[in-house]
Amino acid sequence: MKSTFIQSKIKVMKLFLFILMASTISVGRAQSDKYVAAMEKNLALFDSAKTTQDYQTVANNFERIAEAEKTQWLPYYYAGLALVTSGWSDPKIDKDANAARINSFCDKAASFGENSEIYCLRNMAATQQMMVNPQIRWATYGQQAHQALEKGMALDPNNPRLYYLQGESVYNTPAAFGGGKDKAKPIFEKAIELFKKEQPKPLYPRWGLERSEEMLAHCNK
Amino acid sequence: MRLWINLIILLSCTSPLFAQVVISGKVRDTKGHPIPGASITLKNTFDGATTDSSGNYRFTTTEKDSQIVIVTSVGYRSTEQHLMIRPQVPIHLDFSIKEEQSELKAVTITAGSFEASDTKRAAVLNSIDIATTAGSNADITTALKTLPGPQQVGEQEGLFVRGGAGYETKQYIDGTLVNNPYFTSVPDIAQRGRFSPFLFKGTVFSTGGYSALYGQALSSVLLLESLDLPQKSEIDASISPLVVGAGTQQVAKNKKSSWGASYNYANLSLYFDVVKQVPDYFILPQFHSGDANFRIKTKSGGMIKYYTTFAYNTLGLRRADIDSPYLKNAFGLTNHNWYNNLSWKEYLRNGWKMFLGVSYSTNKDDIMQQVQDANNQPRYFGDTAYWMKYKNFVLHNRQDLSQIKAVFEKKLGTLSAIRFGGEYWYANNPGTYNDTIHSLIDNYYASYAESDIYITNDLAAKLGARFEYSSIINKSDIAPRISLAYKTGKNAQVSLAYGVFYQKPENQQLTYATGLGFTRATHYIINYQKMSNDRIFRVEAYYKTYSALVKTVPYGYYYASYNNGGSGYARGVDIFWRDKKTFKDFDYWISYSYLDTKRDYLNYPQQLMPNFAATHTASVVMKRFFTDIKSGVNVTYSFATGRPYYNFLLNNNSKYYVADQGKTKDFSSLNFSCEYIPSLGKKNPRTFIVLFASMTNVLGYNLVYNYNYSFSGLVKQPVEPPARRFYFIGCFLSWGVDRTQDAINNNL
Repeated sequence: MKSTFIQSKIKVMKLFLFILMASTISVGRAQSDKYVAAMEKNLALFDSAKTTQDYQTVANNFERIAEAEKTQWLPYYYAGLALVTSGWSDPKIDKDANAARINSFCDKAASFGENSEIYCLRNMAATQQMMVNPQIRWATYGQQAHQALEKGMALDPNNPRLYYLQGESVYNTPAAFGGGKDKAKPIFEKAIELFKKEQPKPLYPRWGLERSEEMLAHCNK
Repeated sequence: MRLWINLIILLSCTSPLFAQVVISGKVRDTKGHPIPGASITLKNTFDGATTDSSGNYRFTTTEKDSQIVIVTSVGYRSTEQHLMIRPQVPIHLDFSIKEEQSELKAVTITAGSFEASDTKRAAVLNSIDIATTAGSNADITTALKTLPGPQQVGEQEGLFVRGGAGYETKQYIDGTLVNNPYFTSVPDIAQRGRFSPFLFKGTVFSTGGYSALYGQALSSVLLLESLDLPQKSEIDASISPLVVGAGTQQVAKNKKSSWGASYNYANLSLYFDVVKQVPDYFILPQFHSGDANFRIKTKSGGMIKYYTTFAYNTLGLRRADIDSPYLKNAFGLTNHNWYNNLSWKEYLRNGWKMFLGVSYSTNKDDIMQQVQDANNQPRYFGDTAYWMKYKNFVLHNRQDLSQIKAVFEKKLGTLSAIRFGGEYWYANNPGTYNDTIHSLIDNYYASYAESDIYITNDLAAKLGARFEYSSIINKSDIAPRISLAYKTGKNAQVSLAYGVFYQKPENQQLTYATGLGFTRATHYIINYQKMSNDRIFRVEAYYKTYSALVKTVPYGYYYASYNNGGSGYARGVDIFWRDKKTFKDFDYWISYSYLDTKRDYLNYPQQLMPNFAATHTASVVMKRFFTDIKSGVNVTYSFATGRPYYNFLLNNNSKYYVADQGKTKDFSSLNFSCEYIPSLGKKNPRTFIVLFASMTNVLGYNLVYNYNYSFSGLVKQPVEPPARRFYFIGCFLSWGVDRTQDAINNNL
C-alpha cells in the first residue's frame, strides 16, 4: 500500500517535472516570439513618435521590455535612443537629467557586453549636455563625447553611425577651432560608404544613412 | 489528489484563454500635483503605460492573480504595490510618489557667498573669469572687486567688504589660514596678492554669514581650493617687459601623482623708464618667486597635496614730506616670505570623510623710513619736533604661523551631513622697532561642529557653532552660525543667514595693550537668487552690527594704548546680474552695492562713516571673443561715489576730535584687456601661444582715494595712484600639451 503510494508519487513527480519543463520551454519560446513582436511594435511606435510625450512613452515601453527580459541589451539601447531623440527635438528638456537616464540605460545595456552602438548613445547624451553651455562645458562634456566616439571606434572601426556622429561634431565646430564643412565632408563620405556596406540584422539599429546624405549635401553647398 | 489540482492550476496559468483587464489611474506627487511621463509597469511583464500631461494612465493586461505594479519617474522614488487581477474586473489605482533628494534638484545655501568654480552648480564665476576680467591683471582680489560687496579701495591692499576694514577679510587655502596673502604694504599703494588664480580650481568669496569651519574674520572670508592632478605634463614660460617666468608640471604615467615647480622674476625698472611714476623710486621694485608642489591621488580616491612658495622682493620710494616743502620721505622695504601647505583629503569607511591640513609660513619685513633733505641725505630731529622725529624708524618684523586642522564628515542619507573638527595655530611675531624689541606669541585653539540638514529638496538648513580660544588675550568665545535655504521656484530660491563672528585684535595693537578681547560682529543676511544656465540674478540685503572694536586711547601726544570700546553697524543691498545669453558670444555682468555704515574705532571720536566706505559702488564687466580672428576683448567699468576723509586731532583733554573732513570725488575707472591666441584650433600644436595686453584707467581719470594731512592740519594732499594708467603686455607659451581645449573653454 505504502509502496504503491510512493510509486504513484514518484510517477506523479516525474510527470509534474516533465510538464514543468515542457511548459518552461514553451513559455521560453512564446516569450521570445512575444519579445520580437513587442520590439517590432515599439520600433514602429518609435518611427511614428513626434512629441516628447511620445518618445517618453516609447522609452518607458522599451525599458519595460528590457526589465522583463533581463537578457537583452537592445531594448535598453532603444529606450536610450528614444530619450536622445526627444533631447534633440525639445529644447525645454533638462539635458542633464535626460543624459543621466540615457547613461543609466547605456550602463545596463553594457552589462551584457560593451558595443559600439552603446557608445553612439553616450556620445549623443554628452553632446546634448555640452550644448547647454558650450563655453563652460566644452572641457568636460565635449571631452566625454569625444572619448565615447574613440572608444566606440576601437570596438568597431566600421560602425557607420560613429562616423556620422563624428561628422556632425566636426561640421558644427567653428572653422577657427579645426571644424567646418571641408573637414566634415570626407567623414560623411566615409560614413555613407560604410552604411552601404552594412548588413542589416533583425532588430539592430540601422539609422543614420539618410541624415548623413543630407549633411553631405550641406557640405557640398 | 492535491498534486493533481496544483498541476491543473499550474497548466491553466499558461493558458492564454483570459480576457483582458483594464488598469487605469493617476500619478501625483505628495503635494497632489500630477506627474506626467511616469512609467507604470506590471513587474516582469511588458504591460504598462506612461502617464499623460495630466498624470493619467491606462493600459490593458492579460496577466492575472497577484501582481506587482511599479511606478517610476525621474527624480522620484520608485514605488511598488501588490494587486489582485480578477477576470473582467477593471482596476483603478492612483499613486502618490515621493520626490527623491538629489544634489541636482536640492537648494544650495547661497546667502553671503559667491562661488567661482568650473564644476559646481552654484558657481557665479568660473576660475578663468577671474583671469580675464579687464583691469584685474590676473589678481584674484582685484577681480573680486567687480562683484557686489567689496569697496574700490586703491590705496591699500585687501578686500573691504560691506563696511569692514581690509584686515577683517581673511584668506584660506585648502582649509588653512594664509597669514600674508598680499605683498607687504607700501604706504598709499595697494599691493597684489601673492597667489595666482591659475593655482586654484575653486574660489568661494563669502561676503558674510560664512560657515563655522572658518573664523577670525569679522567681515568676510575668501576660500581658495587648489588644483588636483593636472591633465598632462607640460612646460610653460611667460615673457613680458615686466616679468619673466618658467615652470613645469609633470604627471606620472599612471596618472596617480604629479609634481611641479616654477620660477618668476619681475623687475619694473624698464617699465618705470617708459611710464613715469609720481614717487621717486630709489630702489626699483624687484620680485623673485619660486614655487613647487606635489599631488598624490590615494587608493580610495582621496588626495594629498603639497604646495610651497618662496618670495623675495625689495623696493624703495621717496615722496615729498607733507610737513615741509624742503624735505622728503624715503621708504625702503625688503621682504622674505615662505609659505607651505600640506593637505590630505580621504574617504573613509561608512560614508566618513576626513580632511587634514598643516601649514607653516614665515614672513620677514625689513622696513626703513627716513626723512631726507634735498640731497637725499638723512635728517634727524629732537623731541621738540616729535612729529618729525618719529618719521625716522627702522622696523624688523617677523610673522610665523604654524597650523594644524582636522575635519571629519559623515553623510546622512543622500544630502544631509554632519561635520566637526578642530584646529590649532601657533603664531610667533618677534621684531624690533628702532631699538625696542617686541615679541608676541599666541596659541589659538578652535573646535567646531556643523550639520547640513535637508528637510526636503526644497528646504535646507545649516546649523553650526565654533568655539575659539586665544592665549594672548586669554579669552574664549562661542560663535553660532545658522543658514537656511528655501526653493521658491524652478530656478529660484531664498536664503537666510545669521552668524556671530569674532576676531582677535591686530598684532600692533596687542603689542601696546593688555587686557584686549575679541572684536565681534553679528550678520543678518537675506538673499534671493534666480539662476538658469546662462543667466544669474541675485539680490541680497544685510544688516551687521559691530561691537568691541579696538579703539585708540591716547596718553599725551605720542603714546597710545587700546581698548575694546568701539562699535558700529553696516546695512545695505547688493545686486548681481550676469547674462551670457542675450547677445551671442558676449558675456557681461553688472554689480551694484548700496552701503550705509558707520563705525567708532581706532581714533574716530564718534561713529562715522569710515574712510574706506562709499555709499554706491557699481561695476560692469564685459567679455567678447571673436572666433574668426582668435581674439578676445574684455572691458570693465567701475564706479563708486566719493568716500569720506577726516583729520582727527587731539584736544587738550587728550580726546580726538574731527578737525577737518570732506568727501573725495567719485571714483571712475575704465579698464581694457585683449588676448590673441594664434594656435587656437590647431590640433596638438607644438607651442601654444597666448598674447595678452591690458590697460587700466583708459580714460586717464584722476583718481583720488583719500587725503593725507600735515601735522598742523593746514596742508592736505590727495592720495593718488603712483601713475594714472597701468599697462601690461605679455606672451605666454606652453609646450607638450594640447591646451586648445582650455583656451576655447576659457575664451569662447
